[in-house]
Amino acid sequence: MRAWHFSETAYPFLPPADSYPSIRVSLPNRIYDPAKGAALYDRYIDEWLVAEDEGVEIMLNEHHQTATCVDPAAPLMLAALARLSKKARLLILGNPIANRRQPMRVAEEMAMVDVLSHGRLEAGFVRGVPYEVLPANSNPVRMNERHWEALDLIVKCWTNHDGPFSHEGRFFHHRSINIWPRPIQQPHPPIWVSSTSPGGAAQVGAHGYIQATFLTGFDNTKRIFESYRRGWREAGRGQDVPVDRLAYAALVYVGDTEARARDGAEKLLWYVTANKVPLHFSNPPGYVPVAMNVQLAKGAHNVVSVTGTKQATVDGAVEAGTMFAGTPDQVLAQIKKHWYHVGGYGNLLIMGQAGFLEHDDTVHGIRMFAREVYPRLKELFPDTTISGVTEPVNAAAS
Amino acid sequence: MPVSKLKVADVELELFDSGQGSGRPILFLHGGGGFDQRQPFVAPLSEKRRVVAPSHPGFGKSSLPDWLDSVDDIAHLYLELMDHLKFDRADLVGCSLGGWIAAEMATKVPERFSRLVLVGPVGVKVGPPDRLDIPDVFAKPEAEVAKLIYHDPERMKPDTSKMSDDELSAMFRARETLALLTWEPWMHNPKLKRRLHRVTAPALFIRGESDGLVSQAYLDAYAGLLPNARTQTMAAAGHVPQLEQPAVFTAAVLKFLGE
Repeated sequence: MRAWHFSETAYPFLPPADSYPSIRVSLPNRIYDPAKGAALYDRYIDEWLVAEDEGVEIMLNEHHQTATCVDPAAPLMLAALARLSKKARLLILGNPIANRRQPMRVAEEMAMVDVLSHGRLEAGFVRGVPYEVLPANSNPVRMNERHWEALDLIVKCWTNHDGPFSHEGRFFHHRSINIWPRPIQQPHPPIWVSSTSPGGAAQVGAHGYIQATFLTGFDNTKRIFESYRRGWREAGRGQDVPVDRLAYAALVYVGDTEARARDGAEKLLWYVTANKVPLHFSNPPGYVPVAMNVQLAKGAHNVVSVTGTKQATVDGAVEAGTMFAGTPDQVLAQIKKHWYHVGGYGNLLIMGQAGFLEHDDTVHGIRMFAREVYPRLKELFPDTTISGVTEPVNAAAS
Repeated sequence: MPVSKLKVADVELELFDSGQGSGRPILFLHGGGGFDQRQPFVAPLSEKRRVVAPSHPGFGKSSLPDWLDSVDDIAHLYLELMDHLKFDRADLVGCSLGGWIAAEMATKVPERFSRLVLVGPVGVKVGPPDRLDIPDVFAKPEAEVAKLIYHDPERMKPDTSKMSDDELSAMFRARETLALLTWEPWMHNPKLKRRLHRVTAPALFIRGESDGLVSQAYLDAYAGLLPNARTQTMAAAGHVPQLEQPAVFTAAVLKFLGE
């Protein structure tokens, strides 16, 4: 089991939520104070480096035109971390390649970070949340097709070493591709893809890439991982899918006392409660299939937004499996329950900072996890474990 | 009235053909909301003239092949449709997105169109770079968009609670295809305005006076790109005068085409 400290580098100093219609896309940047923003960057980078000191890996992501994640050019932050950190793996999850005009440029950026970090890059790729299409002016229709053409092309950019090649595809055109530098890791850095739909996960499984899913709780995560294994097996990769191919992202806060843990967890919920986004940003045309829009119009639960659901409370989020929070023993028990329910995973992506969770409390949460929970998780769930084990036989054995 | 399927290129087109009426056929090209033969202008128009109305690829029950992603693609497809139907010449009536398709078709083979009616058409960019000519309907709340589209949104806006699954599917599919076709450049082809001078046939540009999507200035500038166009405004109508004022609309269209 590998754990990753994930920070969205949020800018939490906002006016009352009822004074603006959306925290994303349209929130005027006059609200952003660059001086405060610079201090926040310093602080968030320090927290990543604390995580590294504690033996936890580093993860970051990219969003645009939003106070929830002020990292619109994640490869830049990654480049800074490549020089500031020394040993942690560096996961970018990820590059929104359906919204990037030049896959070749993304391949160059990632190869450069791999070299800068002496081979510590974990290269993630995401389709991107729906609110990203307007900032990118990116057509929400056929995103998935663009995503896969771009990813296949990026892999080819990394693995071709014999001078220029060309690509004339459906969405992307390059006459002369020959990237410098090429990655250190051979044949290329590990590839991660996030997906929250079973169809998408099967495709990731067929490629054998690492599948990550965010805040999908108990049953949805189980479905997604099952689809991944189906895709993996149908592509002829063998019967057994090691848990290190699967990753789950949750809000995690570990405190030395129940009271401190509760306080930290409440603050972490900002991640969910602050995400005020109107429907025209959260569900652009073509982002979800027509059939799902029909269900939504008839009153089905909107899967693209958890705001306003029971997951906006600590108890509700823990019950839903989107948050692991409490003392070390409590968090270990919560993770074990979730791990067995979904069939196991080898990567826990820890959303360990949000909103007004201050530096000291963030560091406390990272250290408590790293020192009191992480060693027990590593012992319980070795990377060689085969996923799909739903009975706690391993737990009994250990 | 007869609706059939016709394969043109590799697209299965759903095609309404009234099969009645005298004189030149009318090729009717619907807007972003799609075509439905129950729409109130269809019967009165079909009483006087043969009306042929395809559902655009990705609208209604027409297929959407994976190669098709532009208004220009549809314009070419419909020229081929005219060959299938053995229409040497036709009158073109296009609403909104359909007006854009009609304009593209007319620039390619101006000699095949006797008269054009463009109703709240999009397709050109006439204003400054720092202002959208057509408001971004995909970046606004539904209620606000309804106010831009309709003169009387309370009366006109679709009631999704009364729609069947098929109707809901068609509505969401139409919205998706509209985004595919119009996303970038937003609602226009930058080259179109350099080509419209070729369209010498008489053209009528209609606009509902409450249209919040196509402004009077936009309509005037668009019409000014054609050598033989005039404009007409319809009262108590927004972006879809054919639905809000079907009698006035039908009379105006028939009068102009009959001139």
